[in-house]
Amino acid sequence: MVDKINTTLRRVPAWVLYALAPIPVIALFYLGLTGELGIDPAKRIEHELGLWSLWLLIAGLAVTPLRRWPGVNLLKFRRAIGVITFFYLLAHLLTWLVLDVQFQNVWADIVKRWYITVGMAAFVLMLPLALTSNNWSVKRLGALTWRKLHKLVYPIAVLGALHFLLLVKGFQWEPILYAAVIAGLLLSRIRTDRIPGIGQFRQA
Amino acid sequence: MAYRWKNTLSAEDVTPYSAFLNRRQLMAGLAAGGIAGALPIGAKAQEALEPNAWEEITNYCNYYEFGTGKEDPARYAQALTIDPWTVRIDGLVDKPGDYSFADILSQMTIEERIYRFRCVEAWSMVIPWNGFELADLLNWVGVQSSAKYVAFETALRPEEMPGVSSRVLDWPYVEGLRLDEAMHPLTMMATGIYGRDIPKQNGAPMRLVVPWKYGFKSIKSVVRISLVEDEPPASWNVANSREYGFYSNVNPEVDHPRWSQATERRIGSGLFAKREPTLMFNGYADDVASLYDGMNLREFF
Repeated sequence: MVDKINTTLRRVPAWVLYALAPIPVIALFYLGLTGELGIDPAKRIEHELGLWSLWLLIAGLAVTPLRRWPGVNLLKFRRAIGVITFFYLLAHLLTWLVLDVQFQNVWADIVKRWYITVGMAAFVLMLPLALTSNNWSVKRLGALTWRKLHKLVYPIAVLGALHFLLLVKGFQWEPILYAAVIAGLLLSRIRTDRIPGIGQFRQA
Repeated sequence: MAYRWKNTLSAEDVTPYSAFLNRRQLMAGLAAGGIAGALPIGAKAQEALEPNAWEEITNYCNYYEFGTGKEDPARYAQALTIDPWTVRIDGLVDKPGDYSFADILSQMTIEERIYRFRCVEAWSMVIPWNGFELADLLNWVGVQSSAKYVAFETALRPEEMPGVSSRVLDWPYVEGLRLDEAMHPLTMMATGIYGRDIPKQNGAPMRLVVPWKYGFKSIKSVVRISLVEDEPPASWNVANSREYGFYSNVNPEVDHPRWSQATERRIGSGLFAKREPTLMFNGYADDVASLYDGMNLREFF
């Protein structure tokens, strides 16, 4: 089963993801313009793009655990997932800036409003990752440094989850669910063999 | 006493639902034809505070008992039983009791009021309500002199309200007003919109409307009104007192801790709607500012 999936995946080139990526964004704006996104299209697009960013972050973080446990290999898609995540985050930010707050008090919002501070921090941390998502940068930085740099995706995911938790009114399950999934994906990376107590047992 | 407050809008704004739709279509047609400038001045002035469409008012609601999405109430509120409907009026009143909605209606004068509606989430609408002044109801049951506040409660029906299984708030939803706010001529109990019965998602059969306060003060589907001596609990204030004050008057100078209240997005103006400045007391300062003379509105937000 897993072998079958991997064989099929091997035949799909990574550029397919780049080709498909703009479709949801174009669809959202098209539906917004034609009045099919409900009563408040600007907020709806903003929210949907935020959710897409979280889904993509989760997809990117799922690559390693999927490879380790069921053995599904999505590694060659990971760069595309990451780059697309950045563009969704950018689209989310621009929708907020242009259609929602319309450039009013933007700086005050970033400094004063915690959920915006957190969201903006995630975006800023994502910039170096987007800029170095190419083979030239991997060579230039050296694989080790590059991999260290790209561990920034962990704090970015935490900030993304926090951003959602901070912005809802009242007690709501949806952002808690996202936070739990992201926490699970991050915890799955803790290598038990490197924790002193457990590691010793392994060695013995 | 009905008719204590007059709309600043002209009489033509009191529009039956069908005529309203026709006018919108007509105006849209004129605008599309590029001859909007040919409209009479009156029609242009009306446009400045034109009510939102029925579809907008009834499909974009916050009524968390039916879910936290804006379209959830329109989808799920139809399960709410509103006939029969009984309102318990108790506390410091001369004639306490369980009043049927029909009993109340038979004593009240229904009039139309076109009010601005400003949500604490920084969006707004203009809504043509039908209803009666809360003061008329309170005078009918007789308010005792020791009463200082009015407490309200929304129906709590877990079998009809899918949203209450989630503890977003401490159900039932409760709200409160100071007695002078409750007796103010602007404060009304709405029973209709556009001359039709108020839809369930908007708080059928009877809801409070306090146009100078953020929308969450205007409690929906009221089943209990109590006249009390001490400040009653208000759901959002109980849930988060740092973000939602008891008064919650619309005030562009006092921000919500998580967002600015200086401007608002007028619902229904499309994807590229421009933000508009929020008005002090939602544009009703001349009518209500005196209620808060000498109060620090930053402290009593």
